[in-house]
Amino acid sequence: MALEIIESCVNCWACVPLCPNKAIYEAAPHFLIDADKCTECVGEFADAQCVAICPIEGAILDELGVALNPPGSLTGIPPERWAAAQAEIAAR
Amino acid sequence: MDLPVFENAAAKSGGCSTGSCGSTASQMDGMTDDIRARVQDHPCYSEDAHHYFARMHVAVAPACNIQCHYCNRKYDCANESRPGVVSELLTPAQAVKKTLAVAATIPQMTVLGIAGPGDPLANPERTFETFRELATKAPDIKLCVSTNGLSLPDHVEELAKHNIDHVTITINCVDPDVGAKIYPWIFWQNKRIHGREAAAILIERQQQGLEMLVAKGILVKVNSVLIPGVNDEHLKEVSKIVKAKGAFLHNVMPLIAEAEHGTFYGVMGQRSPNPEELKALQDACEGDMNMMRHCRQCRADAVGLLGEDRGDEFTMDKIDAMEIDYEAAMAVRAEFRAKATAELEAKRARAHAPKQPQAQVVQFMPRPQKPAQESALAGRQVLMAVAAKGGLVAVHFGHAKEFLIYEASATGVKFVGHRKADAYCGGEDTCGEGEISGESTLDRTIKALAGCEVVLCSKIGYEPWGNLEAAGIQPNGEHAMEPIEEAVAAVWNEMLAAGKLAAAPAANKVA
Repeated sequence: MALEIIESCVNCWACVPLCPNKAIYEAAPHFLIDADKCTECVGEFADAQCVAICPIEGAILDELGVALNPPGSLTGIPPERWAAAQAEIAAR
Repeated sequence: MDLPVFENAAAKSGGCSTGSCGSTASQMDGMTDDIRARVQDHPCYSEDAHHYFARMHVAVAPACNIQCHYCNRKYDCANESRPGVVSELLTPAQAVKKTLAVAATIPQMTVLGIAGPGDPLANPERTFETFRELATKAPDIKLCVSTNGLSLPDHVEELAKHNIDHVTITINCVDPDVGAKIYPWIFWQNKRIHGREAAAILIERQQQGLEMLVAKGILVKVNSVLIPGVNDEHLKEVSKIVKAKGAFLHNVMPLIAEAEHGTFYGVMGQRSPNPEELKALQDACEGDMNMMRHCRQCRADAVGLLGEDRGDEFTMDKIDAMEIDYEAAMAVRAEFRAKATAELEAKRARAHAPKQPQAQVVQFMPRPQKPAQESALAGRQVLMAVAAKGGLVAVHFGHAKEFLIYEASATGVKFVGHRKADAYCGGEDTCGEGEISGESTLDRTIKALAGCEVVLCSKIGYEPWGNLEAAGIQPNGEHAMEPIEEAVAAVWNEMLAAGKLAAAPAANKVA
């Protein structure tokens, strides 16, 4: 049982000091979670700490590969609105 | 009647191009001697000082504990100048090295700030390690920090211990219902908290932190982002409250929101305030509070005088190649500081000296007195934009990157702000974007000058002349190389003599 950080991570360090298991480490091109150390904070905190502070939607996945902060959940921007804005910028 | 005229300060290289920002006196006069002494070499806290002294930010604090709707944590662009943007994250050791290198190269350097790109107090180890080292290695450099306030109460003691004399708190609201529209979430006591509850906690912590800092005698500046339709009216209340609690300066800044920044406000189409709205709000708050008008909303890794960014000269690889004599550099800084401070003192003394009847030249204007009936008879206020450098009308209209805005009236000439000649990122050259909806750079510049009736510049081309006139803005190249305030005063007097100041201004045709 372990969480995973993927490439959308922006290396902001916010999660590193919060991890009760010191499972998160600096790596290139982005931070990683040592799967052997990660407990998903079970028994320590109600919420996985890295997931609770991460500012980037979709950057942390659970064991099944599901984004724990899905699109729109942190910024409040509806995904369809985001897609429309990106399309508009690309069309300029 | 003749307007009082400002003396032109000696031209300085780079940075803000005003000769003397006219509201200096009103800003500084609201302060006690003690505060004045403490801010006189801090460019972000004293309008006076920002012509002489430089600051730098070191980007050691990447983590943040809240989300603001005007911020996108993914953003990094070398051509962008706005808070939260950086090119290179530094370790505390690198930050110390960079600070010493900059301070050795730029003797005007008086202040080292930590302002992000996240929240400095959400990265306390990195922030305080940087401060600790610098306090030993460059004791003459003032240290300051800018925070969202959430962790502030936990760190006031340590801030005081490190002799940090200046703290900026970003306070956008004092009402959780307003806050819920600005902050989608905070990280608090091991949980992510959303909505109104999050805003209520943040506001309480900000206010508590403000009170604790004031109790410790630490100077507090409050930054607020003006978000039309969200907190515009509310900021008047914020200004009153933070003043009552002891903040000494309020800096209301315009929201920066573009879809390409990827922020909530940018993507959702929240508009930024126009310059007139910003000025109106600053004017409304000024009755209660010292207002800052010279903020350039700099990056979290900015280097140099306000209005210039020399960050490119100090990348880590360039710093590694420098040979620096730290002791000698400190002596050079001390010498520069003594000279600049003496100049500032002299300016201030002249400004406060009793007026000589024959003296045409005064340095600062007192704040215009409202009940000046005479002035109502003598002519109304006029806003003028100036393409300036080193305190002179010295820039070609087409070359101006920013315009300084002056308010001229029978009571004098006052600096009230600055406007970018173009959008924050021009785009075309750097981002490969075409011109947006057929709007040219000239159109955007004219739009940025809305509310101004005159634009003074050293020269101007035929096409922009016509377009400006069509937009109701009179171009004026007659005062090239004259001190700004004298030129503005002269133009106002010409308008008065021509009978243009009795009636309301011709409708500005700028959208």
